[in-house]
Amino acid sequence: MLIGFLILLLFQFAGELIVVVSGLPVPGPVVGMVLLLAGLIAKGDVPDYLRIPSEALLKHLALLFVPAGVGLMTHLGLLQQDWLAILAALIISTALTIVVTALILNPSARKLQALSQSEPGEGDC
Amino acid sequence: MEFWTFFAARPLMWLIVTITTFIATSWLNRRLGGTPLLHPVLVSLFLIIVFLLLTGTSYETYFEGAQFIHFLLGPATVALAVPLFDHFERVKKLLLPLMLACMAGAVTAAVSALLVAQALDASLGTLLSIAPKSVTSAIAIGVAEKLGGYPSLASGLVLITGALGCMLAPPIYRILNITDEAVKGFTLGVSAHGMGTAFAFEYGLMAGAFGGLAMGMTGAFTAFMLPLLVSLLGIG
Repeated sequence: MLIGFLILLLFQFAGELIVVVSGLPVPGPVVGMVLLLAGLIAKGDVPDYLRIPSEALLKHLALLFVPAGVGLMTHLGLLQQDWLAILAALIISTALTIVVTALILNPSARKLQALSQSEPGEGDC
Repeated sequence: MEFWTFFAARPLMWLIVTITTFIATSWLNRRLGGTPLLHPVLVSLFLIIVFLLLTGTSYETYFEGAQFIHFLLGPATVALAVPLFDHFERVKKLLLPLMLACMAGAVTAAVSALLVAQALDASLGTLLSIAPKSVTSAIAIGVAEKLGGYPSLASGLVLITGALGCMLAPPIYRILNITDEAVKGFTLGVSAHGMGTAFAFEYGLMAGAFGGLAMGMTGAFTAFMLPLLVSLLGIG
């Protein structure tokens, strides 16, 4: 558990280091995530000491958004000013995204179906 | 009143308020059948903001306590690699159509949101906070910060997008005649991140698994794509 948590922190640190050195405009933890994914693909499986702390963190992921979200209270003026643009942008773009993604993927539906049935194991997020 | 002054200045107090509110709103949401409109994070934000405004507490004071929760976003983002790896192993033969759908969806989400908001005269800070609205808050908060937007506004818009995605997807699937579970789940993950993924599980386990895969892929891709897109569109 502790080792796995340390691994997550080290990958985050590596990601942040790469961002600082390279000047990439990408969040350090995202680079850390890509590095860890590459490591897992190279290794071929997820060891339990990493899986347990990772799943514990992700199980409560929604709670972790609250402190940043409360910062909305400092932008109430901005919301008042831009609410119509925000609402229109969110509705139109969410609908368009659903249409585009579903239409592109739908032709592969049968293959996806066959693939998931041929392999055992349930997905969980 | 002295009691209040004592506790309001303690980081511990705001840690307790945050966790208690979240547990209560999660319980309430489960009792109401898990509706995305009353998502526990949205309701928690509303309640905590009202509480802070009523007690005249500044965000800085609140954050002194809440930062201990906020800090865990970094390692949690790295941890997204674990479910991503699990899904990746199962679908690697079909990676190409999935990646295409994810990339097209992610670009559509960002470009259309930016163009509509820009056409309606949104301010620059709003534009840069709206751009990452389709990806999980874990990533959107970091991306908004990098782009020069407001992380807190971004996380609020992410949640509203999540709720909208869950409401808009079923009628759109009916109109387009989308019946496949994997396509439904993946599309929800691209357009509505974790909230869409949770909603996809109602179509079945496979829809949920594809939703989780889509959420991770879209988050990673968007983090790298947005800085380019924003400069291409000449924003910022």
